[in-house]
Amino acid sequence: MTTNAPTRSGKPIRNLSARVATIPMVLTATVVFLGCSVWTVVYSFTRSGLMPRTSWVGLDQYERLWSSRRWLISIENLAIYSFLALTLSLLVGFLLAALLDQKIRYENTFRSILLYPFALSFVVTGLVWQWILNPEFGVQRFIRALGYDSFTFDPLYNPDIVIYGVLIAGLWQSSGLIMCLMLAGLRTIDDDIWKAARIDGIPTWKTYVFIIIPMMRSVLITTLVILGSSLIKLYDLILASTGGGPALASEIPAKYVYDMMFMNQNLGQAFAASTMMLLTVVVVIIPLAYLEFGRKRRHA
Amino acid sequence: MRSIRGILLSLISVAAVPASATELEVSHWWTSEGEAAAVAEMARAFNATGNTWLDAAIGGSGGIARPLMVSRITGGNPMAATQFNHGRQAEELVEAGLMRDMTDIADAEGWRTTVRPLSLLDACTVDGRIYCAPVNIHSWQWLWLSHKAFEDAGIPVPSNWYEFVAAADDLEAAGKIPLAMGQQSWQSAGTFNVILIAVAGKEVYERVYANHDAEVAAGPAIRRVFEAADDARRLSRNTKVQDWNLASNLVITGKAGGQIMGDWVQSELQIAGLVAGVDYTCLPGLGINPIISTSGDAFYFPVLNDAEKSKAQGVLAATMLKPETQIAFNLKKGSLPVRSDVDQQAANDCMRKGLDILESGNTVPDNNQLLSPDTNNQLNDLFAEFFNDHDIDIDDAQERFVEIVRNAD
Repeated sequence: MTTNAPTRSGKPIRNLSARVATIPMVLTATVVFLGCSVWTVVYSFTRSGLMPRTSWVGLDQYERLWSSRRWLISIENLAIYSFLALTLSLLVGFLLAALLDQKIRYENTFRSILLYPFALSFVVTGLVWQWILNPEFGVQRFIRALGYDSFTFDPLYNPDIVIYGVLIAGLWQSSGLIMCLMLAGLRTIDDDIWKAARIDGIPTWKTYVFIIIPMMRSVLITTLVILGSSLIKLYDLILASTGGGPALASEIPAKYVYDMMFMNQNLGQAFAASTMMLLTVVVVIIPLAYLEFGRKRRHA
Repeated sequence: MRSIRGILLSLISVAAVPASATELEVSHWWTSEGEAAAVAEMARAFNATGNTWLDAAIGGSGGIARPLMVSRITGGNPMAATQFNHGRQAEELVEAGLMRDMTDIADAEGWRTTVRPLSLLDACTVDGRIYCAPVNIHSWQWLWLSHKAFEDAGIPVPSNWYEFVAAADDLEAAGKIPLAMGQQSWQSAGTFNVILIAVAGKEVYERVYANHDAEVAAGPAIRRVFEAADDARRLSRNTKVQDWNLASNLVITGKAGGQIMGDWVQSELQIAGLVAGVDYTCLPGLGINPIISTSGDAFYFPVLNDAEKSKAQGVLAATMLKPETQIAFNLKKGSLPVRSDVDQQAANDCMRKGLDILESGNTVPDNNQLLSPDTNNQLNDLFAEFFNDHDIDIDDAQERFVEIVRNAD
């Protein structure tokens, strides 16, 4: 925005007050975010236990990390969960938004209902779904009480599918937010575009897929960044719904970091794991965001 | 809430500076009914010395409470005294100089001559100085057998683990779960360690856990342990509960033949009104090797800048190990006192077995005293998987066990 402001050659520094005002944020960003991240990476090369220590061990922590079954299970779970959560919540969110956008009655009411799950914390979400999916007093019991005695549905207690059970809870929670973002995106589309498409006789679904969605690119990218960052720090939902179990079947990286730090009293290992998580974010999200937001500035 | 109140109260006390009574904030994770009653005994004894015990209980379990305690101490806002398990959980805090040296109190009170077994004090000792006050002994090595389950199946109550395994088919035929076992990792790991001590004996246990001897860990003795553990997971596969006390309940109601669990099960059995020797049998060391490990709880005292409070810390430590406090506390806690010169009239059949083993010196240090929390949790992960996933075969599991032992610290 500031790049578009007219330059006044008389003043030595443009927007002095604005620059002063940003100093706290700049300091926070460099010291807290950058500084602490660098500190974490540096100490991941030590054998720090409960306290940070500068006894260097090179890449030992990383070797242990990548030979740890628990970490590998965590990574695999996160990959499955992220892929499905990303695609499904975008899909569900967009469908809901498109349906709400049909100028229906009571739109406000529906929007509130659909957004409500997002107002609940992940801990509450996790606990609620733990009860719903519990075979002793949840869905399974309800269906069995209807007379289907052999009905079995216990996703949170079956190591093979536990991560999909958690996914149900995650989708329920996040779809409302995605719907709102998408709805906002749909509302930015000029009505004339719809009219033009209708005059050309293009079917509605084709208008969505080939015209509307490409025009919503920036909303989609924003949604992706928000979703992506919430996925990599996935922790409370797992803790509240399964606690990482049965056994290690629903472990995820953020829990690995916490457990290493506080239960195992092994800071070095925790830092190595969090460095890997940081790396994932850098590799996946930064180029994406940069491409999108950088492109816009060049166009301006 | 309690800790907030504690902070507020301590602020008020700083402002008011009461002349005689010093308030000490004591944190612990004893929040179940029996535990709370036990800790109240300790508080009463301390209050009788003219000081005030400010209770800062943290609910949940040690796994939840310990991180909170550690972060309060490392964050520069220590409580006056805090519970940890005997062993190495607080080792680094001691090394960092955050814990107070209690050697003077220990010498004045003669702990070295009265505390038994001495390994409890050794677990408190770093570089020849004593940093904690052990308050009780819990042992893991017990097989609890339900007489009702075996009567229903029409077979005699077994007298050791091997007979128990042989009886499993009959139990299953009678619709019983042979072995009740919760699915949490600490229970899996605990069960394995019990089997290790019972099947392989004291020497192998110490070679593996104290000396981190990878060759012994890869050897035939540990192989036999894994075979027995394989039996245990087969016998327990129909237990669909998570918590240990729910598993104990299966034994109490006779739905399960037995459970491998520490002596804290006794409190459950007592509440249910069962009598040792009549309704249930306890087999220390699985009836094979009557050896018990001495784990338990100890109190550590963070360094404080307040001279009054430091003095009161000394009084608190001394009070905790007084014979009267020991008996009052341990009777309610269901654990064994740390000194032999206390009145043990109230002990029941199983507790007496434990005391006899303690007297004979057939004890080993608990794995929490020998291995760092890091290594212990790696073992927990391994056994959680081994007991839950029947596809992991013995060879594979032993290989991973050897790897953890080799890298143990």
